[in-house]
Formats: sequence, C-alpha cells, structure tokens
Amino acid sequence: MIPEIGQFALILALGLALIQATIPLLGALWSREDLTAIARPAATGQFVFVMAAFIVLCHAFLNDDFSVLYVATNSNSALPTPYKIAAVWGAHEGSLLLWILILSAWTLAVTVGSRGLPHEFAARVLGVLGIVSVGMLLFTLLTSNPFERFFPAALEGNDLNPLLQDPGLVMHPPILYAGYVGLAVPFAFAVAALLTGKLSQDWARWTRPWTTASWMFLTVGIALGSWWAYYELGWGGWWFWDPVENASFMPWLAGTALIHSLAVTERRGIFKSWTLLLAIAAFSLSLLGTFLVRSGILVSVHAFASDPERGLFILLLLGAITGGSLTLYAFRARYLTVEGGFRLVSRESFLLMNNILLVVATAAVLFGTLYPLFLDALGMGKISVGPPYFNAVFLIPMLPLAVLVGMGMHTTWLRMSGEPLSKRLLFPAGIALTIGIIFPFILFGQASALTLVGVVTALWVIASSLLEPAKRLFQKNRSPMPLTRGQWGMYLAHMGVGVFILGATVTSSYTIETDSRAVPGDRWQVGEYELYFRDIRRIEGVNYEATEGEFEVWEGDQLVTILRPQKRVYRVQTSPMTEAAIDVGWGRDLFIALGDPLGDGAWSLRVQIKPLIRFIWLGALIMAFGGLLAIMDPRYRVKRTQEKDAISKQSLETA
Amino acid sequence: MTARQNRMILIGLVVTGVTVSAFLALRAFEENLLFFFSPAQVAAGEAPTDRTFRLGGMVLEDSINREIGSLTLNFIVTDYTASIPVSYTGVLPDLFAENQGVVARGTLDNQGGFIAEEILAKHDENYMPPEVAEALALSEESQTP
Repeated sequence: MIPEIGQFALILALGLALIQATIPLLGALWSREDLTAIARPAATGQFVFVMAAFIVLCHAFLNDDFSVLYVATNSNSALPTPYKIAAVWGAHEGSLLLWILILSAWTLAVTVGSRGLPHEFAARVLGVLGIVSVGMLLFTLLTSNPFERFFPAALEGNDLNPLLQDPGLVMHPPILYAGYVGLAVPFAFAVAALLTGKLSQDWARWTRPWTTASWMFLTVGIALGSWWAYYELGWGGWWFWDPVENASFMPWLAGTALIHSLAVTERRGIFKSWTLLLAIAAFSLSLLGTFLVRSGILVSVHAFASDPERGLFILLLLGAITGGSLTLYAFRARYLTVEGGFRLVSRESFLLMNNILLVVATAAVLFGTLYPLFLDALGMGKISVGPPYFNAVFLIPMLPLAVLVGMGMHTTWLRMSGEPLSKRLLFPAGIALTIGIIFPFILFGQASALTLVGVVTALWVIASSLLEPAKRLFQKNRSPMPLTRGQWGMYLAHMGVGVFILGATVTSSYTIETDSRAVPGDRWQVGEYELYFRDIRRIEGVNYEATEGEFEVWEGDQLVTILRPQKRVYRVQTSPMTEAAIDVGWGRDLFIALGDPLGDGAWSLRVQIKPLIRFIWLGALIMAFGGLLAIMDPRYRVKRTQEKDAISKQSLETA
Repeated sequence: MTARQNRMILIGLVVTGVTVSAFLALRAFEENLLFFFSPAQVAAGEAPTDRTFRLGGMVLEDSINREIGSLTLNFIVTDYTASIPVSYTGVLPDLFAENQGVVARGTLDNQGGFIAEEILAKHDENYMPPEVAEALALSEESQTP
C-alpha cells in the first residue's frame, strides 16, 4: 500500500505543478493579483508532496520492500543502512526523483526569498520553475516510475552497484544535483525578465545570490566526484574528460561566466542581453547533462539501465525549454536598453574577457563531447576524442584567463589609468616569478617549461588575490575602506582557483607512477620511499569478501605508514572491485592498488606518489567558500528588507 | 583614444583570440580523434597502421596468457568473425575476463597483432560497451545467410 501512496503523492505534485506553471503566469499577464497569489501555496504544496514521495521511497529501501522493482534491482537486505539511503538515488528512477525534490526545494526557497520582489515578477519566476517541474514530473511518471511494483515480490534484492557503495557517493549526487538544478533559478529569473520585457540593475542583484549559491553546490559536487573517481575507480586519476564529467563541467563553466557577467549588469547596467543568454545557456547545459547521463548514449559509469525512450523524452524536454526560452529571447532581447560604455582598462573589459574565454572553453568542451555522438547518430563511424584534445582546448583559454584574473581583481569600474595597476601588481608578479621558478627546481630537481608556466600562474593568482586582504590585515591604519563580504568572497574564490592550478600542475608534472610485480617478502624503492610487501590474506566484509595486501612504507629507517589495499568481491554482484589504499598528506598522497594475481603468489601492483594532489580539491572548496561569503554580503539582504518595508508601507497606504 | 578606437581594439583582440583558439582547438581535435574498429574490420585491413585506434570485441575463451615474471599479457579479441591477438603490459581493470566485452586503445604492430596501451574498464558484470554489442550484432548478421 505504502508505495502507492508515494505514486499518488507524485501525481498530486504534478497537479500542483500544472497550476503553478499556468495560473501565476496568466495572472501576471492580466495583472490579476488573485491569480498570481496562487504561485506560493502551489509551490509549497508541491514541495510537500514530492517530499512525501521521496520519504516513501526511502521507507521502501530501509524496509527492504522488494516488491518495488526499483528497490529490488538496487538494494539488498545485507546492504549497510547508509548505502540503502544512497541507493535511493543510486540509479535512474530514484535520481530523477531526487532531481525533482531538489527543484521543488529550490522553488520553496524562492517563494521565501522572493517576498521582497515585485509581486508580478515573483509570480513569473515561480511560474517558469513550475513549467520545468511539470516536465520533469511527467518524465518520471510516464517513463521512470520509481514505485513500479514487481509481482511476485523478489525474495532478495540485486544489490547496489559495488562502485557506488562508498561514502563519497552518498554525498556526490545530492550536492551535484543541488548545483545543476539550482541553475534553474537564474534561468527562471531570466525568462521572467524576458516576459516582463524589462531588466533593471535590481534584477541582477536579485539573481546574483541564487546563481552563486547553485554555483557553489556545483563546485563542491564536481570536486566530490573527482575525489571519488580518484580513490574508487582505482587508478589514481582525478579527471578523465569523460563525457559524464564534461556534462557537469559545462554548466559550471557557463555558470562561472554568468556570475561574472551578472556582476557587470548589477553594477553598470550593461551586458544585459548577454547575461540573459548565459542564464539560459547554463540551465540548458544542465539539462543537456541530464540527457547525456540518463539517455544511455554514453559509455560510462553512470550509464546503467537507461533506455532510448527516456533519452527521447529528455531530448524533447530540452528542446522545448531551451528552444522556447531562446525564441522568447529572440523576440524580447532587443527591448532591453543598454546605456553606458566603458574603457579598455576597466573592470568591465576584464570581465568581458573572462566571459569570452570561459565561453570559448565551454564551446570547445561541448564540441569534443557532442561531435562523436553526432557522428555515431548519423552512422558515420564510431570515434572518441582523447583527453589530450580537452587538455589543449581547455588550457589555451584558461591560461590567459588566469593571468587576467590577477589583474582584473585590482581594476575599478568605468575607467582606470594603466600606471597604478602595473605598480600595484609589481609585488605579486615578482613573488610569483621568483618563487615559481626557483621552488620547482629546489623541491623536485627539474621542471619543464609548461610546469614553470603553471606554477608561476598559480602563485600569481594566489598572490594577487591575497594582496588586498593582506593589506587590511597588516597595515590597518593605512587602508581607508574595509573589505565587504562580497570582496572577501571574490578574493577567496580567486585564491581557490590559484590553489587548484598549483595542485593540478604539480600533480600532473611530478607524479611518480609504477606498475610492478611483487611477491610477499619483496622490498623495493619508489621515489624516496621503500616499500615492503609484508603479507596478503583473505578477509570478510559486511557484504563482500576481500583479498587484502599489507605494505610497509619506509622512508630511510622510519616507518611512514602501513597500507592495506584490497581486491573485493561483493556477494551479490560478483564483480571484483579494487579498493586502493592511500596515505593522505598535504605534501603528497601515497597510493597503492592491488592488480591481479600473476601466479606463484605474485601480484601486479600500481604504486603512485602524487605531490600536492589534495590542493586540487582544497582549491575547489576554497572557491565554494568564497561563494558562500559573497552570498552573505549584507547588500543582498538589507536592500531586500528595505524594499519589503516600502512595499508593506505601500500596501498599508492603499489599504 | 576615442571610445570608437577603444571598441575597435577590443573587437580586434576578441576576433584574433577566437580565431587562434579555434585553429588550435581544431588541430588538437584532429590529432586526438580515436576511431573504433571491430576485429573483422581490422582483419579486412580497414584499420590504420600508423595511428592509435580503439579495438573492441570479446575476450576469447582460454586465450589469456601471461608471460612469466613480467606484467605482460597476451589475449585474443574476437567478434566471432575474425580474431586479433592483443598484447598489453600493466595492471588490468577489474572486470577484464574471458568471454567478456573489452575495448582496447593502442596501435597495430607489423605482424597483424595489436599492442594495447590501455584496456578500458567496464563497470558492471552485465554491461557491454555499446560499440562491442553493435560489432557483435553485425558480425552475427553477416554469418547467418
């Protein structure tokens, strides 16, 4: 009975979404407040019912209700409880429900956060979010119902894919989705502005915190995915340019561009139509990502149990939402008036260059991801595009961008003479050049030109980001203006970019990687460490059996650590799984993975020493934290309360 | 400088930047395209001899053969129409096994064998790379008259 309640709740949610998608928009069109007022309760109700459906599905997983097809295929009674929860979004149907739950949660947040906005505008935003919601709910109910029954009920479930039984994967999908789906909010703001035909600087101020918030989740989500791939896929890489990774990375790039162009629109009232276009593009790329991951056209970790009918549905949805909003854009964008220009050396032109470079990078990644799919669809052969392509097309625009970031932060709006900028930046540039060129040689003995360029650029970004904060901290009496939270956020996020570049450069330049053959009792040298293969034995896990190797790691006569990599075989899905053992450190990670038995007690092993790899994810976390600070800037809040006061005063007067 | 000159410089910079990056991107793209071939296509001489490509099919039963004392491994990839010997040195992905689909990236040697640089991992015991499934289906069609 209970699963049917879940399905019924979803149908009710669809009904409310239909109301939310139509009546408030009509109300805004006819200026009828009684109709626009329906938006908030409809959105709230929708959230309640989607949440109910989600809880019902969780309940089915926790109680091992194998009469539900989705539970039977993705869970097992022996599965540890946290993974039963993770299994809720471990495959297609449940992850779609999670998508919808997160969309309705964002919508709920908008109903609360938009109280200070003009009534009609808020109604339009909620209406557009309602349309997206209708599409996704229809998709779930028509093609991917998670509550489908299975008669007779299975005695035991087929278990969650062993790859997904991992703490990193419990968190990765919800956070990534929060980012993906959150981009629907700036999209809805953009479409609402197009419907109104007016776009004020206030619009940009309303939109910015939402964009930054979803960008923040997306950043953390992608970093978690990369971290998971590093230790769980087994072979120590942290980014593969897999189409699925690209699918989440393209909205991130477009979202980053959007954050920067919103800054210009808010402060200077220009770049208006460009900002709208980016908002549409960012959400469209999110939907494209959903399509790529969920349609089964990709050969990837994520492409389990997907079928073409679903792919077609998402493609149609993508076509309708993107096509519809672009058509609207084509008709309405010319009504958006633009006033004011800017000088060559000004913050505006740096942000313009930022946007161009980010869009070029997005386009290059998009091309490399989609071209093979097009060729295949047209029956013109099967190709794939290798990582060197992506490395090249990504680095070419990103390198100048990183150099420009350091300068752009110190420019001012409107105009600026060149001299103070170069004078101010002499110090960070000097630091970056000297440290960046000397240290790789001291620490690693050698360095290629590309490595030096990477390290110098990274230090340049870090140093120039820290310039203003350092001034505030160390010469308190001389700096007149304290930094706002928005500025702190900006400096911090850019510093995160520098930390990331440093980690990525050093890891890719100085990783020591060896594949070797060893029997217990062997001793050998890898980098500055000596490895001793002590033992190998069988162990029993909760729902798996494993062969576990034991390795002592020595540096000189000091025991650094003992690492125990495993080769697991899960009892239900009997595929083997490599569990690498990693000794984590700020300076370096030491990574050992067991390969296969080679006979005579010998094993193949992969040993890697990866310097500064933690900086890659640390950089991403710093970026996200910068975003958090920026959202907390009081200017987004204060003005809103003022408007609220103004509005309530107005309504009092009319009353 | 007037505003007009400013704008022209900016536009000039943008156009140059986009052209240069488009050129570099297309070149990188050209160099990094990997084509997929089935064993039958390789046997028919359709695969290039001078560049890297991907070979996909099934690992033939009883064909996995390790060289003693090294990490090198020889096996045969087949689509049941033709078979290609493959050699690979290194650590294998988890799901590499006999009678399982496999995709290998590498080059042909001059004796008609394939030297793999990378064996692509699959992630599920029932999972078949779509390319391999299609190649097998094609091969089956050509065998049944």
